[in-house]
Amino acid sequence: MSDIVISVRDLTKCFGNFTAVDRISFDVRKGEIFGFLGANGAGKTTAMRMLCGLSYPTSGSGSVAGFDVMREGELIKRHIGYMSQRFSLYNDLTVWENMRLFAGIYGLSAKQTEERATELLNRLNFSSERNTLVGSLPLGWKQKLSFVIATIHRPEVVFLDEPTGGVDPVTRRQFWEMIYEAAEGGTTIFVTTHYMDEAEYCTRVSIMVDGEVRALDTPFRLKQQFAAESMDEVFRVLARGAKRGG
Amino acid sequence: MNAIEVHNLSKSYGKVQALDNVSFSVERGELFGLIGPDGAGKTTLFRLLTTLISPDSGRAEVDGFDIVKNYHEIRSCVGYMPGRFSLYPDLSVEENLNFFAALFGVTVEDSYELIAPIYKQIEPFRTRRAGKLSGGMKQKLALSCALIHRPKVLFLDEPTTGVDAVSRSEFWDMLSTLKEHGLTILVSTPYMDEASRCDRIALCNEGRILSINTPKGIVSGFDRQLYGIKSKNMFALLERARRSEGVIDCYPFGEKHHLITNEVFDIEQFKIQFCDVKDLEIEPIEPTIEDVFIKLMKR
Repeated sequence: MSDIVISVRDLTKCFGNFTAVDRISFDVRKGEIFGFLGANGAGKTTAMRMLCGLSYPTSGSGSVAGFDVMREGELIKRHIGYMSQRFSLYNDLTVWENMRLFAGIYGLSAKQTEERATELLNRLNFSSERNTLVGSLPLGWKQKLSFVIATIHRPEVVFLDEPTGGVDPVTRRQFWEMIYEAAEGGTTIFVTTHYMDEAEYCTRVSIMVDGEVRALDTPFRLKQQFAAESMDEVFRVLARGAKRGG
Repeated sequence: MNAIEVHNLSKSYGKVQALDNVSFSVERGELFGLIGPDGAGKTTLFRLLTTLISPDSGRAEVDGFDIVKNYHEIRSCVGYMPGRFSLYPDLSVEENLNFFAALFGVTVEDSYELIAPIYKQIEPFRTRRAGKLSGGMKQKLALSCALIHRPKVLFLDEPTTGVDAVSRSEFWDMLSTLKEHGLTILVSTPYMDEASRCDRIALCNEGRILSINTPKGIVSGFDRQLYGIKSKNMFALLERARRSEGVIDCYPFGEKHHLITNEVFDIEQFKIQFCDVKDLEIEPIEPTIEDVFIKLMKR
Protein backbone atom coordinates (compact mmCIF):
# COMPACT_ATOMS: atom_id res chain seq x y z
CA MET A 1 0.00 0.00 0.00
CA SER A 2 1.17 3.47 -0.78
CA ASP A 3 2.52 5.75 1.93
CA ILE A 4 0.62 8.71 0.50
CA VAL A 5 -2.89 8.98 1.92
CA ILE A 6 -4.00 12.21 0.28
CA SER A 7 -2.63 13.40 -3.03
CA VAL A 8 -4.11 16.27 -5.05
CA ARG A 9 -2.92 18.10 -8.16
CA ASP A 10 -4.32 21.42 -9.40
CA LEU A 11 -7.57 20.82 -7.55
CA THR A 12 -9.98 23.61 -8.47
CA LYS A 13 -13.55 24.50 -7.56
CA CYS A 14 -15.51 27.27 -9.22
CA PHE A 15 -18.95 28.56 -8.31
CA GLY A 16 -20.12 30.45 -11.40
CA ASN A 17 -17.24 32.76 -12.24
CA PHE A 18 -15.85 32.70 -8.69
CA THR A 19 -12.84 30.42 -8.19
CA ALA A 20 -13.15 29.32 -4.55
CA VAL A 21 -10.22 26.90 -4.71
CA ASP A 22 -7.53 27.63 -7.27
CA ARG A 23 -5.24 24.77 -8.43
CA ILE A 24 -4.09 23.44 -5.07
CA SER A 25 -1.56 20.58 -5.01
CA PHE A 26 -0.12 18.64 -2.10
CA ASP A 27 0.52 15.17 -0.66
CA VAL A 28 -0.19 14.00 2.88
CA ARG A 29 1.75 10.98 4.14
CA LYS A 30 0.50 8.22 6.41
CA GLY A 31 0.67 9.16 10.09
CA GLU A 32 1.17 12.85 9.44
CA ILE A 33 -0.68 15.56 11.35
CA PHE A 34 -1.42 17.93 8.49
CA GLY A 35 -2.54 21.42 9.57
CA PHE A 36 -4.81 23.11 7.05
CA LEU A 37 -4.83 26.82 7.80
CA GLY A 38 -6.21 29.87 6.09
CA ALA A 39 -7.98 33.15 6.65
CA ASN A 40 -11.79 33.23 6.62
CA GLY A 41 -12.95 33.02 3.03
CA ALA A 42 -9.64 31.58 1.78
CA GLY A 43 -11.37 28.42 0.50
CA LYS A 44 -10.54 25.96 3.30
CA THR A 45 -14.08 24.65 3.72
CA THR A 46 -14.58 24.21 -0.04
CA ALA A 47 -11.26 22.36 -0.31
CA MET A 48 -12.10 20.17 2.62
CA ARG A 49 -15.51 19.29 1.20
CA MET A 50 -13.83 18.06 -1.99
CA LEU A 51 -11.34 15.96 -0.02
CA CYS A 52 -14.18 14.41 2.01
CA GLY A 53 -16.17 13.43 -1.07
CA LEU A 54 -18.94 15.95 -0.37
CA SER A 55 -18.41 17.94 -3.53
CA TYR A 56 -16.72 17.23 -6.86
CA PRO A 57 -13.89 19.44 -8.12
CA THR A 58 -14.37 21.54 -11.25
CA SER A 59 -10.95 20.41 -12.47
CA GLY A 60 -7.74 18.81 -11.29
CA SER A 61 -7.06 15.33 -10.02
CA GLY A 62 -6.28 13.45 -6.85
CA SER A 63 -7.03 10.66 -4.45
CA VAL A 64 -8.00 10.31 -0.81
CA ALA A 65 -7.52 6.96 0.96
CA GLY A 66 -6.99 5.37 -2.45
CA PHE A 67 -10.13 6.72 -4.12
CA ASP A 68 -10.49 9.22 -6.92
CA VAL A 69 -11.68 12.68 -5.81
CA MET A 70 -13.17 13.32 -9.26
CA ARG A 71 -15.42 10.26 -9.37
CA GLU A 72 -15.50 8.26 -6.15
CA GLY A 73 -16.95 10.65 -3.57
CA GLU A 74 -19.23 7.98 -2.11
CA LEU A 75 -16.32 5.58 -1.57
CA ILE A 76 -14.20 8.33 -0.01
CA LYS A 77 -16.99 9.08 2.48
CA ARG A 78 -17.05 5.46 3.61
CA HIS A 79 -13.30 5.27 4.14
CA ILE A 80 -12.50 8.49 5.98
CA GLY A 81 -13.37 9.77 9.44
CA TYR A 82 -14.87 13.24 9.87
CA MET A 83 -15.44 15.40 12.92
CA SER A 84 -17.28 18.64 12.27
CA GLN A 85 -16.94 21.99 13.93
CA ARG A 86 -20.40 21.72 15.39
CA PHE A 87 -20.95 18.95 17.90
CA SER A 88 -22.72 16.27 15.91
CA LEU A 89 -23.39 13.33 18.19
CA TYR A 90 -26.92 12.65 19.40
CA ASN A 91 -27.50 14.25 22.80
CA ASP A 92 -30.49 12.06 23.61
CA LEU A 93 -28.63 8.81 22.94
CA THR A 94 -26.18 7.29 25.41
CA VAL A 95 -22.43 7.07 24.78
CA TRP A 96 -22.79 3.44 23.76
CA GLU A 97 -25.84 4.08 21.54
CA ASN A 98 -23.96 6.81 19.67
CA MET A 99 -21.06 4.44 19.11
CA ARG A 100 -23.36 1.68 17.91
CA LEU A 101 -25.19 4.06 15.56
CA PHE A 102 -22.03 5.34 13.87
CA ALA A 103 -20.44 1.88 13.78
CA GLY A 104 -23.61 0.63 12.08
CA ILE A 105 -23.55 3.43 9.52
CA TYR A 106 -19.98 2.48 8.64
CA GLY A 107 -20.97 -1.18 8.33
CA LEU A 108 -19.29 -2.74 11.35
CA SER A 109 -20.79 -6.04 12.53
CA ALA A 110 -22.27 -6.33 16.04
CA LYS A 111 -19.18 -8.20 17.18
CA GLN A 112 -16.77 -5.68 15.65
CA THR A 113 -18.78 -2.83 17.18
CA GLU A 114 -18.64 -4.34 20.66
CA GLU A 115 -14.89 -4.93 20.43
CA ARG A 116 -14.07 -1.56 18.97
CA ALA A 117 -16.34 0.40 21.32
CA THR A 118 -14.92 -1.35 24.37
CA GLU A 119 -11.38 -0.65 23.19
CA LEU A 120 -12.10 3.04 22.57
CA LEU A 121 -13.97 3.52 25.85
CA ASN A 122 -11.07 1.95 27.74
CA ARG A 123 -8.60 4.18 26.00
CA LEU A 124 -10.66 7.25 26.96
CA ASN A 125 -11.05 5.99 30.53
CA PHE A 126 -14.71 6.24 29.79
CA SER A 127 -16.06 2.75 30.39
CA SER A 128 -18.13 3.85 33.39
CA GLU A 129 -19.98 6.39 31.20
CA ARG A 130 -21.10 3.81 28.66
CA ASN A 131 -24.78 4.27 29.52
CA THR A 132 -24.67 8.01 30.17
CA LEU A 133 -26.71 10.29 27.92
CA VAL A 134 -24.28 12.24 25.75
CA GLY A 135 -26.23 15.45 26.39
CA SER A 136 -25.29 15.37 30.06
CA LEU A 137 -21.53 15.10 29.44
CA PRO A 138 -19.27 18.15 29.84
CA LEU A 139 -18.28 19.75 26.53
CA GLY A 140 -14.67 18.59 26.69
CA TRP A 141 -15.73 14.95 27.04
CA LYS A 142 -18.16 15.31 24.16
CA GLN A 143 -15.35 16.55 21.93
CA LYS A 144 -13.11 13.63 22.87
CA LEU A 145 -15.98 11.21 22.30
CA SER A 146 -16.67 12.79 18.88
CA PHE A 147 -13.05 12.19 17.95
CA VAL A 148 -13.00 8.50 18.87
CA ILE A 149 -16.35 7.96 17.16
CA ALA A 150 -14.88 9.54 14.01
CA THR A 151 -12.24 6.78 14.14
CA ILE A 152 -14.60 3.91 15.05
CA HIS A 153 -14.25 2.23 11.62
CA ARG A 154 -10.43 2.62 11.70
CA PRO A 155 -10.23 5.07 8.81
CA GLU A 156 -6.83 5.74 7.24
CA VAL A 157 -7.41 9.46 7.54
CA VAL A 158 -9.54 11.61 9.86
CA PHE A 159 -10.63 15.14 8.96
CA LEU A 160 -11.04 17.44 11.96
CA ASP A 161 -12.75 20.76 11.28
CA GLU A 162 -11.83 23.16 14.09
CA PRO A 163 -12.16 20.42 16.69
CA THR A 164 -11.11 22.60 19.64
CA GLY A 165 -13.16 25.76 19.03
CA GLY A 166 -14.48 27.08 22.35
CA VAL A 167 -12.90 24.23 24.33
CA ASP A 168 -11.16 25.10 27.62
CA PRO A 169 -7.34 25.24 27.60
CA VAL A 170 -6.87 22.05 29.63
CA THR A 171 -9.21 19.93 27.51
CA ARG A 172 -7.79 21.46 24.34
CA ARG A 173 -4.38 20.08 25.27
CA GLN A 174 -5.80 16.67 26.21
CA PHE A 175 -7.47 16.63 22.83
CA TRP A 176 -4.15 17.26 21.08
CA GLU A 177 -2.53 14.45 23.03
CA MET A 178 -5.24 12.16 21.63
CA ILE A 179 -4.40 13.40 18.13
CA TYR A 180 -0.70 12.67 18.73
CA GLU A 181 -1.51 9.17 19.94
CA ALA A 182 -3.72 8.43 16.94
CA ALA A 183 -1.01 9.71 14.57
CA GLU A 184 1.65 7.60 16.28
CA GLY A 185 -0.65 4.63 15.71
CA GLY A 186 -0.54 5.39 11.97
CA THR A 187 -3.80 7.32 11.53
CA THR A 188 -3.37 10.34 9.27
CA ILE A 189 -4.82 13.55 10.70
CA PHE A 190 -6.04 16.46 8.56
CA VAL A 191 -6.96 19.34 10.86
CA THR A 192 -8.09 22.96 10.64
CA THR A 193 -7.75 25.43 13.51
CA HIS A 194 -7.75 29.12 14.36
CA TYR A 195 -5.46 28.56 17.35
CA MET A 196 -1.98 29.34 16.11
CA ASP A 197 -0.30 27.48 18.98
CA GLU A 198 -1.98 24.35 17.61
CA ALA A 199 -0.37 24.94 14.22
CA GLU A 200 2.97 24.30 15.98
CA TYR A 201 1.79 20.79 16.92
CA CYS A 202 1.37 19.73 13.29
CA THR A 203 3.91 17.72 11.30
CA ARG A 204 3.37 20.04 8.34
CA VAL A 205 1.17 23.06 7.82
CA SER A 206 -0.36 24.51 4.68
CA ILE A 207 -1.71 28.05 4.59
CA MET A 208 -4.38 29.04 2.08
CA VAL A 209 -4.84 32.61 0.87
CA ASP A 210 -7.37 33.64 -1.80
CA GLY A 211 -8.04 30.06 -2.88
CA GLU A 212 -4.37 29.09 -3.28
CA VAL A 213 -1.97 27.21 -1.05
CA ARG A 214 0.61 29.93 -0.44
CA ALA A 215 2.87 28.09 1.98
CA LEU A 216 3.41 24.45 2.90
CA ASP A 217 6.14 23.06 5.11
CA THR A 218 7.01 22.02 8.65
CA PRO A 219 6.33 24.73 11.26
CA PHE A 220 10.10 24.98 11.80
CA ARG A 221 10.90 25.63 8.14
CA LEU A 222 7.95 28.00 7.66
CA LYS A 223 9.24 30.12 10.52
CA GLN A 224 12.70 30.13 8.93
CA GLN A 225 11.32 30.95 5.51
CA PHE A 226 9.33 33.93 6.82
CA ALA A 227 11.94 34.94 9.40
CA ALA A 228 9.18 34.68 12.00
CA GLU A 229 9.25 33.90 15.71
CA SER A 230 5.99 31.95 15.71
CA MET A 231 3.40 30.39 13.42
CA ASP A 232 1.13 33.25 14.42
CA GLU A 233 3.56 35.66 12.74
CA VAL A 234 3.85 33.46 9.63
CA PHE A 235 0.08 33.38 9.36
CA ARG A 236 -0.23 37.13 9.77
CA VAL A 237 2.33 37.87 7.07
CA LEU A 238 0.47 35.66 4.59
CA ALA A 239 -3.11 36.52 5.55
CA ARG A 240 -2.52 40.27 5.48
CA GLY A 241 -1.86 39.99 1.77
CA ALA A 242 -5.31 38.46 1.20
CA LYS A 243 -7.47 40.22 -1.37
CA ARG A 244 -10.70 38.36 -0.62
CA GLY A 245 -12.74 39.80 2.26
CA GLY A 246 -12.82 37.66 5.37
CA MET B 1 -21.97 54.99 39.42
CA ASN B 2 -20.54 52.00 37.59
CA ALA B 3 -21.80 51.08 34.14
CA ILE B 4 -22.45 47.49 35.23
CA GLU B 5 -22.97 46.14 38.76
CA VAL B 6 -23.50 42.43 39.30
CA HIS B 7 -24.20 41.01 42.77
CA ASN B 8 -24.44 37.28 43.50
CA LEU B 9 -26.17 36.54 40.23
CA SER B 10 -27.28 32.93 39.68
CA LYS B 11 -29.18 31.21 36.90
CA SER B 12 -29.87 27.56 36.23
CA TYR B 13 -31.60 25.69 33.42
CA GLY B 14 -33.13 22.59 34.97
CA LYS B 15 -30.26 20.78 36.65
CA VAL B 16 -27.57 22.79 34.90
CA GLN B 17 -26.19 25.66 36.98
CA ALA B 18 -25.24 28.04 34.17
CA LEU B 19 -24.24 30.92 36.43
CA ASP B 20 -23.28 30.39 40.03
CA ASN B 21 -23.24 33.38 42.40
CA VAL B 22 -21.31 35.76 40.17
CA SER B 23 -20.34 39.29 41.27
CA PHE B 24 -18.32 41.99 39.53
CA SER B 25 -18.55 45.55 38.33
CA VAL B 26 -17.51 47.40 35.20
CA GLU B 27 -16.53 51.07 35.31
CA ARG B 28 -17.75 53.62 32.81
CA GLY B 29 -15.65 53.66 29.67
CA GLU B 30 -14.01 50.37 30.53
CA LEU B 31 -13.30 47.59 28.04
CA PHE B 32 -14.01 44.55 30.18
CA GLY B 33 -13.42 41.00 28.95
CA LEU B 34 -15.07 37.76 30.04
CA ILE B 35 -12.53 35.10 29.15
CA GLY B 36 -13.54 31.47 29.23
CA PRO B 37 -14.48 28.36 27.27
CA ASP B 38 -17.95 27.20 26.19
CA GLY B 39 -20.08 26.43 29.23
CA ALA B 40 -18.47 29.15 31.34
CA GLY B 41 -21.80 31.02 31.58
CA LYS B 42 -20.79 33.95 29.39
CA THR B 43 -23.87 33.89 27.17
CA THR B 44 -26.21 33.45 30.16
CA LEU B 45 -24.63 36.51 31.75
CA PHE B 46 -25.16 38.54 28.56
CA ARG B 47 -28.77 37.42 28.29
CA LEU B 48 -29.38 38.43 31.92
CA LEU B 49 -27.74 41.83 31.57
CA THR B 50 -29.60 42.61 28.34
CA THR B 51 -32.88 41.62 30.12
CA LEU B 52 -33.69 38.72 27.80
CA ILE B 53 -33.97 36.34 30.77
CA SER B 54 -34.43 36.82 34.53
CA PRO B 55 -32.07 35.62 37.25
CA ASP B 56 -32.97 32.94 39.81
CA SER B 57 -31.31 35.01 42.51
CA GLY B 58 -29.03 37.98 42.95
CA ARG B 59 -29.33 41.35 41.28
CA ALA B 60 -27.64 43.47 38.66
CA GLU B 61 -27.74 47.01 37.31
CA VAL B 62 -26.82 48.34 33.89
CA ASP B 63 -26.32 52.11 33.62
CA GLY B 64 -28.00 52.40 37.01
CA PHE B 65 -31.12 50.45 36.00
CA ASP B 66 -32.18 47.20 37.65
CA ILE B 67 -32.26 44.31 35.17
CA VAL B 68 -35.62 43.06 36.46
CA LYS B 69 -37.54 46.20 37.46
CA ASN B 70 -36.20 48.62 34.84
CA TYR B 71 -35.73 46.30 31.91
CA HIS B 72 -37.44 48.75 29.58
CA GLU B 73 -34.88 51.49 30.19
CA ILE B 74 -32.01 49.08 29.79
CA ARG B 75 -33.17 47.91 26.38
CA SER B 76 -32.91 51.38 24.93
CA CYS B 77 -29.47 52.17 26.31
CA VAL B 78 -27.57 49.00 25.52
CA GLY B 79 -26.31 47.49 22.27
CA TYR B 80 -26.12 43.72 21.99
CA MET B 81 -24.32 41.57 19.47
CA PRO B 82 -25.21 37.93 20.15
CA GLY B 83 -22.83 35.10 19.42
CA ARG B 84 -24.86 33.83 16.50
CA PHE B 85 -25.53 36.04 13.50
CA SER B 86 -29.03 37.34 14.13
CA LEU B 87 -29.67 39.97 11.49
CA TYR B 88 -32.15 39.41 8.67
CA PRO B 89 -30.40 37.38 5.95
CA ASP B 90 -32.95 38.34 3.31
CA LEU B 91 -32.62 42.07 3.91
CA SER B 92 -29.72 43.96 2.37
CA VAL B 93 -26.90 45.49 4.37
CA GLU B 94 -28.53 48.91 4.13
CA GLU B 95 -32.03 47.61 4.93
CA ASN B 96 -30.80 45.87 8.08
CA LEU B 97 -29.16 49.06 9.27
CA ASN B 98 -32.23 51.19 8.50
CA PHE B 99 -34.46 48.66 10.21
CA PHE B 100 -32.51 48.78 13.46
CA ALA B 101 -32.33 52.56 13.30
CA ALA B 102 -36.13 52.70 12.88
CA LEU B 103 -36.67 50.34 15.83
CA PHE B 104 -34.80 52.72 18.10
CA GLY B 105 -36.32 55.85 16.54
CA VAL B 106 -33.05 57.24 15.17
CA THR B 107 -31.64 57.77 11.70
CA VAL B 108 -28.47 56.31 10.22
CA GLU B 109 -27.20 59.87 9.66
CA ASP B 110 -27.44 60.64 13.42
CA SER B 111 -24.95 57.92 14.26
CA TYR B 112 -22.96 57.82 11.08
CA GLU B 113 -19.74 59.21 12.52
CA LEU B 114 -19.79 56.59 15.31
CA ILE B 115 -20.27 53.63 13.00
CA ALA B 116 -18.29 55.02 10.04
CA PRO B 117 -14.93 53.36 10.82
CA ILE B 118 -16.71 49.99 10.74
CA TYR B 119 -19.57 50.56 8.31
CA LYS B 120 -17.38 52.14 5.62
CA GLN B 121 -15.69 48.77 5.13
CA ILE B 122 -18.98 47.14 4.10
CA GLU B 123 -20.68 50.16 2.52
CA PRO B 124 -19.54 49.13 -1.00
CA PHE B 125 -21.79 46.07 -0.53
CA ARG B 126 -24.79 47.96 0.87
CA THR B 127 -27.25 46.43 -1.60
CA ARG B 128 -26.07 42.86 -0.98
CA ARG B 129 -28.31 40.61 1.09
CA ALA B 130 -26.89 40.08 4.60
CA GLY B 131 -27.14 36.30 4.20
CA LYS B 132 -24.70 36.50 1.27
CA LEU B 133 -21.96 38.31 3.20
CA SER B 134 -18.73 36.64 4.31
CA GLY B 135 -18.22 35.95 8.02
CA GLY B 136 -16.08 39.03 8.57
CA MET B 137 -18.53 41.33 6.81
CA LYS B 138 -21.51 39.92 8.75
CA GLN B 139 -19.64 40.68 11.92
CA LYS B 140 -19.06 44.30 10.86
CA LEU B 141 -22.71 44.73 9.92
CA ALA B 142 -23.86 43.24 13.23
CA LEU B 143 -21.60 45.62 15.12
CA SER B 144 -22.88 48.60 13.09
CA CYS B 145 -26.48 47.61 13.90
CA ALA B 146 -25.67 47.20 17.60
CA LEU B 147 -24.24 50.75 17.65
CA ILE B 148 -26.90 52.52 15.61
CA HIS B 149 -28.77 54.02 18.61
CA ARG B 150 -25.53 55.17 20.32
CA PRO B 151 -25.80 52.82 23.28
CA LYS B 152 -24.02 53.59 26.54
CA VAL B 153 -23.06 49.98 27.14
CA LEU B 154 -22.13 47.56 24.38
CA PHE B 155 -22.44 43.79 24.91
CA LEU B 156 -20.47 41.61 22.51
CA ASP B 157 -20.87 37.87 22.94
CA GLU B 158 -17.92 36.04 21.37
CA PRO B 159 -17.55 38.39 18.40
CA THR B 160 -14.30 36.73 17.30
CA THR B 161 -15.16 33.03 17.65
CA GLY B 162 -14.29 31.11 14.50
CA VAL B 163 -12.63 34.19 13.03
CA ASP B 164 -9.04 33.97 11.73
CA ALA B 165 -6.15 35.50 13.67
CA VAL B 166 -5.75 38.56 11.43
CA SER B 167 -9.46 39.50 11.35
CA ARG B 168 -9.56 39.00 15.10
CA SER B 169 -6.86 41.52 15.75
CA GLU B 170 -8.55 43.99 13.35
CA PHE B 171 -11.77 43.56 15.33
CA TRP B 172 -9.99 44.44 18.56
CA ASP B 173 -8.55 47.56 16.88
CA MET B 174 -12.15 48.60 16.12
CA LEU B 175 -13.11 48.13 19.79
CA SER B 176 -10.24 50.35 20.90
CA THR B 177 -11.55 53.06 18.57
CA LEU B 178 -15.08 52.72 19.99
CA LYS B 179 -13.73 52.98 23.51
CA GLU B 180 -12.43 56.44 22.65
CA HIS B 181 -16.07 57.51 22.19
CA GLY B 182 -16.61 56.78 25.90
CA LEU B 183 -18.55 53.56 25.39
CA THR B 184 -18.46 50.88 28.07
CA ILE B 185 -17.82 47.52 26.43
CA LEU B 186 -18.38 44.06 27.89
CA VAL B 187 -16.95 41.46 25.53
CA SER B 188 -16.52 37.71 25.84
CA THR B 189 -14.02 35.45 24.13
CA PRO B 190 -12.70 31.90 24.39
CA TYR B 191 -9.30 33.05 23.00
CA MET B 192 -6.94 33.68 25.89
CA ASP B 193 -4.54 35.67 23.71
CA GLU B 194 -7.17 38.40 23.30
CA ALA B 195 -7.26 39.14 27.03
CA SER B 196 -4.38 41.61 26.83
CA ARG B 197 -6.55 43.92 24.68
CA CYS B 198 -8.93 44.54 27.63
CA ASP B 199 -8.61 47.01 30.51
CA ARG B 200 -9.71 44.34 32.96
CA ILE B 201 -10.75 40.73 32.56
CA ALA B 202 -12.69 38.07 34.44
CA LEU B 203 -11.55 34.49 33.90
CA CYS B 204 -14.70 32.33 33.88
CA ASN B 205 -15.29 28.61 33.94
CA GLU B 206 -18.36 26.45 34.57
CA GLY B 207 -20.56 29.30 35.77
CA ARG B 208 -18.02 30.86 38.10
CA ILE B 209 -15.48 33.66 38.01
CA LEU B 210 -12.02 32.34 38.81
CA SER B 211 -10.25 35.69 38.96
CA ILE B 212 -10.79 39.38 38.12
CA ASN B 213 -7.96 41.81 37.48
CA THR B 214 -6.07 43.74 34.83
CA PRO B 215 -4.34 41.38 32.37
CA LYS B 216 -1.01 42.28 33.99
CA GLY B 217 -2.42 41.76 37.47
CA ILE B 218 -3.75 38.33 36.53
CA VAL B 219 -0.38 37.24 35.20
CA SER B 220 1.55 38.61 38.17
CA GLY B 221 -0.57 36.38 40.41
CA PHE B 222 1.13 33.32 38.93
CA ASP B 223 3.42 32.30 41.78
CA ARG B 224 5.31 29.37 40.27
CA GLN B 225 8.56 29.31 38.30
CA LEU B 226 7.81 28.55 34.68
CA TYR B 227 10.20 27.21 32.02
CA GLY B 228 9.81 26.69 28.30
CA ILE B 229 11.29 23.43 27.04
CA LYS B 230 11.64 21.97 23.57
CA SER B 231 13.39 19.21 21.66
CA LYS B 232 12.88 17.38 18.39
CA ASN B 233 10.49 14.74 19.74
CA MET B 234 8.05 16.93 21.63
CA PHE B 235 5.57 14.18 22.53
CA ALA B 236 8.20 11.98 24.19
CA LEU B 237 9.62 15.02 25.99
CA LEU B 238 6.19 15.84 27.42
CA GLU B 239 5.65 12.45 29.04
CA ARG B 240 9.16 12.29 30.43
CA ALA B 241 9.22 15.84 31.79
CA ARG B 242 6.00 15.19 33.71
CA ARG B 243 7.75 12.46 35.69
CA SER B 244 10.74 14.63 36.66
CA GLU B 245 11.43 15.82 40.17
CA GLY B 246 10.07 19.22 41.10
CA VAL B 247 7.70 19.31 38.11
CA ILE B 248 4.10 20.11 39.03
CA ASP B 249 2.79 20.14 35.50
CA CYS B 250 3.97 20.09 31.91
CA TYR B 251 1.74 20.84 28.94
CA PRO B 252 2.12 21.77 25.25
CA PHE B 253 2.16 25.48 24.53
CA GLY B 254 2.71 26.04 20.82
CA GLU B 255 6.34 25.69 19.89
CA LYS B 256 7.40 24.83 23.45
CA HIS B 257 6.09 22.89 26.39
CA HIS B 258 5.49 24.85 29.57
CA LEU B 259 7.05 23.32 32.63
CA ILE B 260 5.58 24.40 35.98
CA THR B 261 7.96 23.74 38.86
CA ASN B 262 8.09 23.88 42.66
CA GLU B 263 10.92 24.69 45.12
CA VAL B 264 12.50 21.25 44.71
CA PHE B 265 13.16 21.78 41.00
CA ASP B 266 16.80 22.26 39.98
CA ILE B 267 17.43 23.25 36.39
CA GLU B 268 20.98 21.83 36.38
CA GLN B 269 19.69 18.49 37.66
CA PHE B 270 17.01 18.56 34.99
CA LYS B 271 19.60 19.13 32.25
CA ILE B 272 21.74 16.23 33.56
CA GLN B 273 18.72 13.98 33.68
CA PHE B 274 17.93 14.83 30.07
CA CYS B 275 21.55 14.77 28.81
CA ASP B 276 20.64 12.04 26.31
CA VAL B 277 18.25 14.51 24.61
CA LYS B 278 20.88 16.35 22.59
CA ASP B 279 18.76 19.19 21.31
CA LEU B 280 17.00 19.97 24.60
CA GLU B 281 16.38 23.67 25.17
CA ILE B 282 15.17 24.99 28.51
CA GLU B 283 14.80 28.59 29.68
CA PRO B 284 12.80 30.49 32.28
CA ILE B 285 9.82 32.28 30.72
CA GLU B 286 7.03 34.64 31.76
CA PRO B 287 3.58 33.13 32.28
CA THR B 288 0.63 34.07 30.07
CA ILE B 289 -3.08 34.45 30.86
CA GLU B 290 -3.58 30.89 29.59
CA ASP B 291 -1.04 29.53 32.11
CA VAL B 292 -2.97 31.24 34.91
CA PHE B 293 -6.24 29.85 33.57
CA ILE B 294 -4.88 26.31 33.44
CA LYS B 295 -3.55 26.64 36.99
CA LEU B 296 -6.89 27.94 38.30
CA MET B 297 -8.80 25.19 36.50
CA LYS B 298 -6.63 22.44 37.93
CA ARG B 299 -6.76 23.78 41.48
